[in-house]
Amino acid sequence: MKIKSVFLMAIFSVTANKLRTFLTLLGIVIGVAAVISLMSIGRGTQQAITAQIESLGTDLLFVSPKTGANLTLADADLIASDPRSDFLVAPQISAPASITFRGEETSAVVNGVTGAYGSVRNLEIGSGHFISPAHVKNRNEVVVLGYQVAKDIFDERLPINEYVSINGRRFNVIGVLEEKGGGARFGSEDGQIFVPLTTAYYRLTSERTTQGEISVSTINVQSISNSDLVDKTVEDPKEYISDILRFSHRTVEDDFSVTNLQDVINTLNEATAALVVLLGSIAGISLFVGGIGIMNIMLVSVTERTREIGIRKALGAKKRDILGQFITEAVLISVTGGVIGASFGAFISYSINRLRLFGPDFETVITADIAILALTVAGVIGLFFGIYPAARAAKLNPIDALRYE
Amino acid sequence: MVLNDRLDRLVGETSNMISLQNVTKTYQIGPSLIKALNNVNLSIEAGEMVAVMGPSGSGKSTLMNIVGCLDVPTAGTYLLKDRKVEELSENELADIRSTNIGFIFQTYNLLPRLTALANVELPLLYDGSKNTKTRALEALEKVGIDDRKNHKPSELSGGQQQRVGIARALVKNPSIILADEPTGNLDSKTGIEIMGILQDLNKNSRITVVVVTHEEEIANYNDRVITFRDGSIVSDKPVSDKILISDKYLSNRAANNEN
Ligand SMILES: Nc1ncnc2c1ncn2[C@@H]1O[C@H](COP(=O)(O)OP(=O)(O)OP(=O)(O)O)[C@@H](O)[C@H]1O
Ligand SMILES: [Mg+2]
Repeated sequence: MKIKSVFLMAIFSVTANKLRTFLTLLGIVIGVAAVISLMSIGRGTQQAITAQIESLGTDLLFVSPKTGANLTLADADLIASDPRSDFLVAPQISAPASITFRGEETSAVVNGVTGAYGSVRNLEIGSGHFISPAHVKNRNEVVVLGYQVAKDIFDERLPINEYVSINGRRFNVIGVLEEKGGGARFGSEDGQIFVPLTTAYYRLTSERTTQGEISVSTINVQSISNSDLVDKTVEDPKEYISDILRFSHRTVEDDFSVTNLQDVINTLNEATAALVVLLGSIAGISLFVGGIGIMNIMLVSVTERTREIGIRKALGAKKRDILGQFITEAVLISVTGGVIGASFGAFISYSINRLRLFGPDFETVITADIAILALTVAGVIGLFFGIYPAARAAKLNPIDALRYE
Repeated sequence: MVLNDRLDRLVGETSNMISLQNVTKTYQIGPSLIKALNNVNLSIEAGEMVAVMGPSGSGKSTLMNIVGCLDVPTAGTYLLKDRKVEELSENELADIRSTNIGFIFQTYNLLPRLTALANVELPLLYDGSKNTKTRALEALEKVGIDDRKNHKPSELSGGQQQRVGIARALVKNPSIILADEPTGNLDSKTGIEIMGILQDLNKNSRITVVVVTHEEEIANYNDRVITFRDGSIVSDKPVSDKILISDKYLSNRAANNEN
């Protein structure tokens, strides 16, 4: 039988019972739309996180202490003062803090940093200026606000030279950062505040090392510094920094870890890829339910059309003709549902962006592979759930089928 | 005249179209075994037009199913154009039905949602034929119902539906047309018209025709009447005064023209 006639026949049969076909279709439409919109949200998250991290520059490394161990300001100085390399080093202490301005309280992450932090993390100053070495030296109680924090506290007013209270101490606002984007929930600087490292250590946190040295939470290291000293570029900065610290710490096992940004991106990508798959699978369940709907309706259809099957067989239809006819009908329903569902899912995804449902910085991402995947799965589901009813139809004995009332 | 007609045909073709040798068909229903056909021996030559009669349950439809390759005998041999049907696979049986057999049913068995034309086109779709629409239309013209080609079965009278059924049976130029009580649901005038079409196909397209009927009158439009009882043939004799409708109609028409 010609493909064209098979196809036309399937369209004819499927459109015969419009309401029924529509309802069956709906199951697939909802399933595919759910797969596409959820996966596009997942992909959007993935992209936002990656973009956020990459904005820091991929030549950034983080040194952090293992649990129970300490990193100190001395370690940071050691790396910075290494004669054979030219690292830009920015130690950092981070802690949650509550900020009060005229009785209104907000919370933010407070970072104790040095002047180098701004250039290492690519921070742009919007107004005022960043922490200076003098601030660090004098343990000044000054603060630089992230964009979102400043906006939350001061609205449109200029915060410079105002005083805010951090954990009960008065700090002078000396600067506000440019908007970084990416949303505060992904660890963007927009939701953070910055004070001199020494101030943070002595005034805001209570941790003390046994040796009386200043301990830090992270040492940020930019491996390629701004200088043009070609002979001071290091082949494997991760290993190089580890060696410096091993030599100084003299422990059997490393009590610190060095992570470069690419590692972080890779780890997060794995995690978010799993998230995308998870979201897709949850939506896939509704697709599966849609498939069961197709099977159900095809079984009803085969029973209703028993006599038709008998007639077709008497007229010379082979088993495979009947099999093909019913499978084509099932796949036609599922693929049509897939196409409608894909458009619908794309529309939902577009609306999320248009209406800024998940904030101004979040964009869903629909890639061709998501659409192709959803359509293929829809087709396969039609095939899978269509085979059994079609086989039942093809197996019918023509005489019994002709006698069927 | 009837005799001459039969002699003509016998001279041209002597081979058996249909040959059943000791054919038995049994059905097991619970503990009891029903012999729907019991040791039937029967030959039908190419070009014959045969009536099959007998009381209800005597095995007429069972015979038609076996002759039409919808079913195979439990025992015995069925030769269709000298091919042993019981040795064929399901696909080969479908092929034979497709190329050699045209079925006509008492209840017409048209697909209700298809137009007359699409119903007639259906057998052509299963063998990849070309010009299916044209050929289907020709078949409808042959039975004089082409003016209703776009009507659904529900928009046609019983007689018209049966004409469409005949068009569907003849559209592939089969060797055999099997009609199981084709006039059973029709009034006698319409029934005779249907028999006229079958006679025309038998005579002019040289199609072998087997008609199951309960009516003595309908049987008389055939060359030969075979009677069944309890799955066996109890009589098999030629019709001595076969009625030829086409002639009658021709003479009627001639008479009309003269007036
Ligand atoms: N599929 C079947 N299963 C069981 N028994 C059957 C089957 N088909 C036919 N029979 C039996 O075989 C016998 C012959 O049936 P068949 O249909 O050939 O009769 P028939 O001569 O065509 O009768 P009618 O004039 O009523 O159509 C009957 O006793 C019937 O009950
Ligand atoms: Mg019968």
